[in-house]
Amino acid sequence: MLAYLARRLLVMIPTLVAISAIVFFIIQLPPGDYLSTMVEELLAQGEKPDGDRIRMLREQFGLDRTPIEQYLHWAGGLLVGDLGWSFEYNLPVSQVVGERLVMSFLLAFAATLFTYIVAFPIGIYSAVRQYSVGDYALTFVGFIGLATPSFLIALVVMHFSNVWFGAPVGGLYDPAYAEQPLSWAKFVSVLGHIWIPIVVIGLSSTAEMIRQLRANLLDELQRPYVVTGRAKGLTEGRLLFRYPLRMALNPFIADIGSILPKLISGSAIVGVVLSLPTNGPMLLRALQSHDMYLAGSFLMIEAVLVVVGMLISDIALALLDPRIRLGAGSEK
Amino acid sequence: MSQPIPHYVDPRPFDPQAGERLSPELERYYMSSQWRMMWLKLRRHRLAVISGAILAALYAMILIAEILAPYDPNTRHTEFIYAPPQDVRLFHEGRFVGPHVLGWEKSLDMDTLKRVYTPDPAKVEKLRFLCSGDTYRFWGLIEGSFHLVCPAEGGQFFWLGTDRLGRDMLSRMISGARISLTIGVVGVAISFVLGIALGGLAGYYGGWVDATITRAIEIIRSFPKLPLFMALSAALPIWLPPIWVYFGITMIVGLIDWTGLARAVRSKLLALREEDFCTAAVLMGANPRRIIGRHLLPSFMSHLVAVATLNIPEMILAETALSFLGLGLRPPVTSWGVLLTEAQNINAVALYPWLLLPIVPVVVTVLAFNFLGDGLRDAADPYK
Repeated sequence: MLAYLARRLLVMIPTLVAISAIVFFIIQLPPGDYLSTMVEELLAQGEKPDGDRIRMLREQFGLDRTPIEQYLHWAGGLLVGDLGWSFEYNLPVSQVVGERLVMSFLLAFAATLFTYIVAFPIGIYSAVRQYSVGDYALTFVGFIGLATPSFLIALVVMHFSNVWFGAPVGGLYDPAYAEQPLSWAKFVSVLGHIWIPIVVIGLSSTAEMIRQLRANLLDELQRPYVVTGRAKGLTEGRLLFRYPLRMALNPFIADIGSILPKLISGSAIVGVVLSLPTNGPMLLRALQSHDMYLAGSFLMIEAVLVVVGMLISDIALALLDPRIRLGAGSEK
Repeated sequence: MSQPIPHYVDPRPFDPQAGERLSPELERYYMSSQWRMMWLKLRRHRLAVISGAILAALYAMILIAEILAPYDPNTRHTEFIYAPPQDVRLFHEGRFVGPHVLGWEKSLDMDTLKRVYTPDPAKVEKLRFLCSGDTYRFWGLIEGSFHLVCPAEGGQFFWLGTDRLGRDMLSRMISGARISLTIGVVGVAISFVLGIALGGLAGYYGGWVDATITRAIEIIRSFPKLPLFMALSAALPIWLPPIWVYFGITMIVGLIDWTGLARAVRSKLLALREEDFCTAAVLMGANPRRIIGRHLLPSFMSHLVAVATLNIPEMILAETALSFLGLGLRPPVTSWGVLLTEAQNINAVALYPWLLLPIVPVVVTVLAFNFLGDGLRDAADPYK
């Protein structure tokens, strides 16, 4: 197990390096930089930018150096937790993103949890009672959930909450807590608001999970060992939970690698629609204003979150299934 | 002691193959090509067939979008700003009139300063069919003014309401379909080529080529797609003409979304290259390009088509999301995502819910592609 873990961690290093290089490349892509955008804006307003000051800022931010030097500087900073400088907020990125990241993590984590908690019983039910009315109904709802992107659901939810309750469902806490630091009361207020974005974000991956679990379980339920078990007099419940379910769980857990990116994508845009204090709206703003290190940090952190999520799912898989932790070396 | 049992003997000569002879239909069935068998199997999947028909209708629609739309999508009816959808009625006061709408009686709510529209029973406006209305340039080329349906002379027909500039929502949705529906297909074409090329290389050569490509796929997949799309489309310069933005967005979704296809190609190739027919081709001196292109690809092409079909809705959604956020296509270009930007404002959603209507075609299209793709995937292996 330790060897497996070590191997898995080693593989992560080149992946992370590649991710950081790609992120840096992407944030370099837009023509010009923050300062040239600023100069243009000043010119558009009829003001004359101070050439010396611009040059000094350029030097200070390292914008005059080659991209490779800038990358090495940035990546080196990442290693020690320095995410760079946000031009727009004039603050270190880590200070700007701090609370938003906590909220985003919370949201992604809660949405994942929601997905599993809801998908698990429903998936089992749909498989065991295949072609029942309940199965058909759930499959139908699942398809709708699968086909409707979360931001459209968010828009529709917004509309109906207005029609039914007369109050918009925006934000993640009461406006009164907006400027306050994290506290217990704020946390409680968050709990009251957070379930709407969780449901909205988690719906499509929940639908996917249900389909996946149902298909896997149906495959397993046809196996001869199930018949043998039943012939030997195992109770249905024990028969289901002891063997087929355990087999069907593997892909269920392995799938976290594919649902996490989706959840994070979803939370980014749902954050914009429902005006949540998460990374989405800020990323959008940063991208629009060429605040490159802020945008880059968001991309980087989100990708890292996915990589870590996959690591966790791999570890969970290895713990669950001895074939993986023992056979991984010889198989490939 | 025993007597012969009297039984019937057919006097005709005995034909030992009588049981194996097939009726002409059965023979045609057994001899049919793979694609025909796929079609036969797909036909049984009713949802997939219905979805296919819906999609065919939608794509046919974008060919003649200008004719179907009652108005030009950019005509502003300043008298009718945020007019709600009008009901199409057949009977008026118990009398059959034919398809008509009731004209709006406009007033201003002095408390909220909101425009209030109420149907005016005195204004019965009969719809005209196959008529001439707003002029347009058909596909930007041929001038015309022929429409399938137009409002009555001097009347209006806003079946799905109007937006903040008094533009007809229905016409805008129809013209937006052109962008929204094609972006997925063009994007899939790009990712199809990339996916087959890279997946083919990885699957056929194995070794370090395979290792590099799978690594790259894994890295790309570990990015949450939407933020990545957002960052890339933010990199498109703002002064780009709309047509280039369109191609830029298509390129972006195509360049990121090939990973699923490449993985499908790779795993299929890895399994198939061990088959006897492949070894035989190698022994006869076929070069890799020929083996992949001539022997391996055709044997799982159907599977790839299914995967590609399932990829199209993702691209449509990506475009919708990007345009919705204002990072993708921008007005004056209309796509469903661009139309939905109007619904971003919470007040607009509350007061003018018909601005949310472009969600409907998006969901219908995406669902249809999903069902069709599912059916194709089941049919992809007709020998099962």
